[in-house]
Amino acid sequence: MCPGCDTALSMTAATPSQQGFSPLTKLVEEAKRTVDNAPPPHPDEPDDDDGPLYAARRKIYPQHVTGTYRRIKWAVLLVTLGIYYLLPFVRWDRGPNAPDQAVLIDFPARRFYFFFIEIWPQEVYYLTGLLILAAMALFLMNAVAGRVWCGYLCPQTVWTDLFLAIERLTEGDRREHLLRDRQPWSLDRLARAGLKHFLWLMVAWWTGGAWVLYFADAPTLVKELATLQAPLAAYVFIAMLTFTTYALAGWMREQVCVYMCPWPRIQAALTDEYALNVTYRYDRGEPRASLKKAAALHEHGQPAGDCIDCLQCVYVCPTGVDIRGGPNLGCIQCGLCIDACDAVMAKIGRPARLIAYDTDVNIKRRLQGQQPFYRIVRSRTVLYAVVIALVGVVMMYALTTRRHEAVNVLHDRNPVFVRLSDGAVRNAYTVRILNKALETQSFILKISGLAEAEVTVIGGEARRGGDPVIEVGPDQSREVRVLVTTHQELGADASLPLTFTIVPDGGGASVSAADHFLGP
Amino acid sequence: MSEHAEHAHKPLPQIATTGHEWDGIHELNTPLPRWWLWLFYATIIWAVGYWIVYPSWPLLTSYSKGVFGWHARSAVVSDLAALRAQRGPMVAQLEATPLGDIEATPQLLDFARALGRAAFADNCAPCHGAGGGGARGYPNLTDDDWLWGGTLADIEQTIRHGARSTDDKGHQGSMPAFGRDGMLKRDDIVAAAEYVRSLSGLSTTPGADLGRGAKIFADNCAVCHGPEGKGNRALGAPNLTDKIWLYGPDTKTIIDGIWNGHGGVMPAWGAKLDDVTIKALTVYVHTFGGGEK
Repeated sequence: MCPGCDTALSMTAATPSQQGFSPLTKLVEEAKRTVDNAPPPHPDEPDDDDGPLYAARRKIYPQHVTGTYRRIKWAVLLVTLGIYYLLPFVRWDRGPNAPDQAVLIDFPARRFYFFFIEIWPQEVYYLTGLLILAAMALFLMNAVAGRVWCGYLCPQTVWTDLFLAIERLTEGDRREHLLRDRQPWSLDRLARAGLKHFLWLMVAWWTGGAWVLYFADAPTLVKELATLQAPLAAYVFIAMLTFTTYALAGWMREQVCVYMCPWPRIQAALTDEYALNVTYRYDRGEPRASLKKAAALHEHGQPAGDCIDCLQCVYVCPTGVDIRGGPNLGCIQCGLCIDACDAVMAKIGRPARLIAYDTDVNIKRRLQGQQPFYRIVRSRTVLYAVVIALVGVVMMYALTTRRHEAVNVLHDRNPVFVRLSDGAVRNAYTVRILNKALETQSFILKISGLAEAEVTVIGGEARRGGDPVIEVGPDQSREVRVLVTTHQELGADASLPLTFTIVPDGGGASVSAADHFLGP
Repeated sequence: MSEHAEHAHKPLPQIATTGHEWDGIHELNTPLPRWWLWLFYATIIWAVGYWIVYPSWPLLTSYSKGVFGWHARSAVVSDLAALRAQRGPMVAQLEATPLGDIEATPQLLDFARALGRAAFADNCAPCHGAGGGGARGYPNLTDDDWLWGGTLADIEQTIRHGARSTDDKGHQGSMPAFGRDGMLKRDDIVAAAEYVRSLSGLSTTPGADLGRGAKIFADNCAVCHGPEGKGNRALGAPNLTDKIWLYGPDTKTIIDGIWNGHGGVMPAWGAKLDDVTIKALTVYVHTFGGGEK
C-alpha cells in the first residue's frame, strides 16, 4: 500500500497520547502494545520482528439493518440496476437509416447513440467533457459528503449489496450464518451454499448479458443469444462479465475497496476538514459504558458516554470497519452503521445520531462547548460546481448546435506542389465530407483564396455553376481527391490561404475548412 | 485528527506499526492480503501452462513447439488469408471491371486507390517518391507530362513491361551519348544545348549561335525529339518545349545529358505483381492528377 494511506490509517491506530513522554514510558507503552496486539502465532509465519508478510482475510458477515440510509441504498440499487438492465430495451425513433435503440454503441458502424445524441468518432472530444463532468461530480460529492460514490453509487458497492442480500436470504443473517459456518458440512448447509452460488451466478450472468446488449440491437441479440446464433464475441463477453461480477461482488467484496481501488487513496488526499463524513461523535460517545456500568458511573458522579459498546455498528458494516476508530481507509461511508446505532439509541431511549454525517471540527467545537457549524458552501465546492456548470453548458451548446455537415482537408505532403508542362502550379488535397444527416446529400465544393483556380475532383464529373458537386450517402462520410490548379503568377515560396467550403445542394448553411496553396 | 486519540480510544487491534514515527504519525506495517500471494502463485502456474501450450524453450537444435504447434509465421499466413477473403468480393469486382470504368464507380475507385497506395509504397516509392513526386531522373507521376503516355492503357503498359527493361515488350530507345561516343564535338553540343533551352523559352548565353544549334538539332536530335522538339512518346523522347525537366533545365545539365546520354530503367512489374495489383496501381497513378483520357 502507498505510504499516504498507511499514514491515514495510522491516525486511527494511534494510542492515547504518544507525545511528550519520556523514552522509558514510551518503551513500556510500546511493549504493552506489542503484547496486547500481537497476532496469534501461526505455524507458517515466521514470527520475526517485522511481523507477518501476509494476512489471512477476515471473513465479514454483515448483519441486516433497517433505517434511513438502508432505504436510500435500496432505492439507489433499484434505480441504478434497473437502468442498467433495462436501458438497452428502450427504443428511440430516429427515422430511417439509423437504429431505433435509445442507447447503442455501434462499433462496426462507429457510432454512439444516446437518445437524441449521435456521436461520430470525429467527435470523441465529447467524451473528454463527460470525463471532466464525472471527475468534478466525484470531487464535489467528496467535498460535500465524503465517499458518497463509494457508499451508494459505485457498481462494486451496488452489486456487493445485492449479493449480500442473496447471501442473507440463503444462508441466513449474521448470527445464523456464523453459527452454520462453525458447524461441519451438512446437506442443509451444502444446499444453502449451492443455492447462494446459483443465484449469484444468475445475477452475474444477467449482468454480463445486459452488458453486450448495449453493443447491438437488444431484442435481436436476445433472440440470437437464445437460439445460439449470436456472434462468438457476445458469448465471450457475457462469460467474462459473468466471471468478474461473480468474483468481485461475491468473493472479493470489500477487498476491492481496501486493496484494489485507487479512489480511497485519492479521496483521502482530496478531502478537507469541512467535508461531512460518517463520523462517530466521540464527544458524546466516550467513555463507553454498558447501560449498567453507565448507571453505576453516574451514581459515583463520573461521566459515561452514550456508546454502550454493543458493536452493532461493526456488525452491520459491509467492510468490517469499526467506525469508532475514526476516519478509515476501509470505510466506504455507506451510513449503515448510522442506521444500526440509531436503532440501538431508540431502544435505550437516547438521542439518535451518535454516529452521523459530521466533521472532526464540529466534535472539537462541541468538546469546547461551542456550537457546531457546517460549511457546505466553501471555495472548493463552489469551484467544483462552477466547473461542472461551465463544462455542462459548453457541452449542451456544442450538442444542440451540432452541425450535420463537416469538411476536413488534408494537403498532399509529397509532392507539396506540382509544376505542369505549361508552367501552371497544381496542389492536391484529400477532402473528407461528413454527412451526419440521415438522408443522402449533395454538396457543392467552392474554393476561395485563389483568383484563377481550376478545381477538379477525381472521379467526379458533376458540376453546378462551374463548381464540383459531391454526393455523400446518409450518415456517411466520403473522401475525394481534389486538384487545384492555377496559372496565376505566384511569388517565391508562395503559401496562400485557401478556404474549402461545402454548400448543401438542397439548401442550408455552408461549412468551411482552411488550408494553404503552396507554390515553388 | 491527532487530538482524536486523546479520548480513551482503543487502537484498532489488527493494525501493527513498524515502530517508525514522525510527528505523531506512525508508519503502519500492513501485511499483504494472502489472496494476493495466491494470485502470484497463480501467475507462476499460468506461466508453466504457457510453456506447454506455446513454443518457448530453446533446445539444442530446435525449440519446444507447444502442444498446438502455434507458429508466428502461420498466424500471419492465416491472417493474410482472412484479409484476402474479406477483400475477395471487391477484388473480383475490380478484376471484372474494364480499366476505363473504374474511376466512374466511387466505391471501386476508393478500393483501387487504397490497394494502389499500398502497392505503390511497397514497390514504386523508392524511385518515384512516396507521393509520386519523382526525383532527378525518376519521372514525376503527378504532373501532366508523360514520357511513354499518360492514358490508363499507356500507364498499365509501362508498369507491366517497364522501360529499357529485360522485358521484350517493354519500351525501348534511349538518349545516345553524343559526346562520349564521338558523334558530336564539344562546341556542337554546347550550341545544341543553348538551342534546346531556347525551345522552352529559357534564357540563352549572350552571343550563343542559335542558328548553328538549330542545325545540329535538326541533324541529330529531331529524329527522336521531333523537328519542333515536342518529343516522341513511342521512343520515350521527352518534350523539350515544356516546363518539365527530368534531369534539370540548366545548361550544364543539358550539355551533360547530350555528352553522356540518358537511359533510366523502369523495371517490368508484370513478372512480379499480379494483375489486380497492376490494375490498382494503374488507377492510383492515373488519379495522381496528370492522367490522360
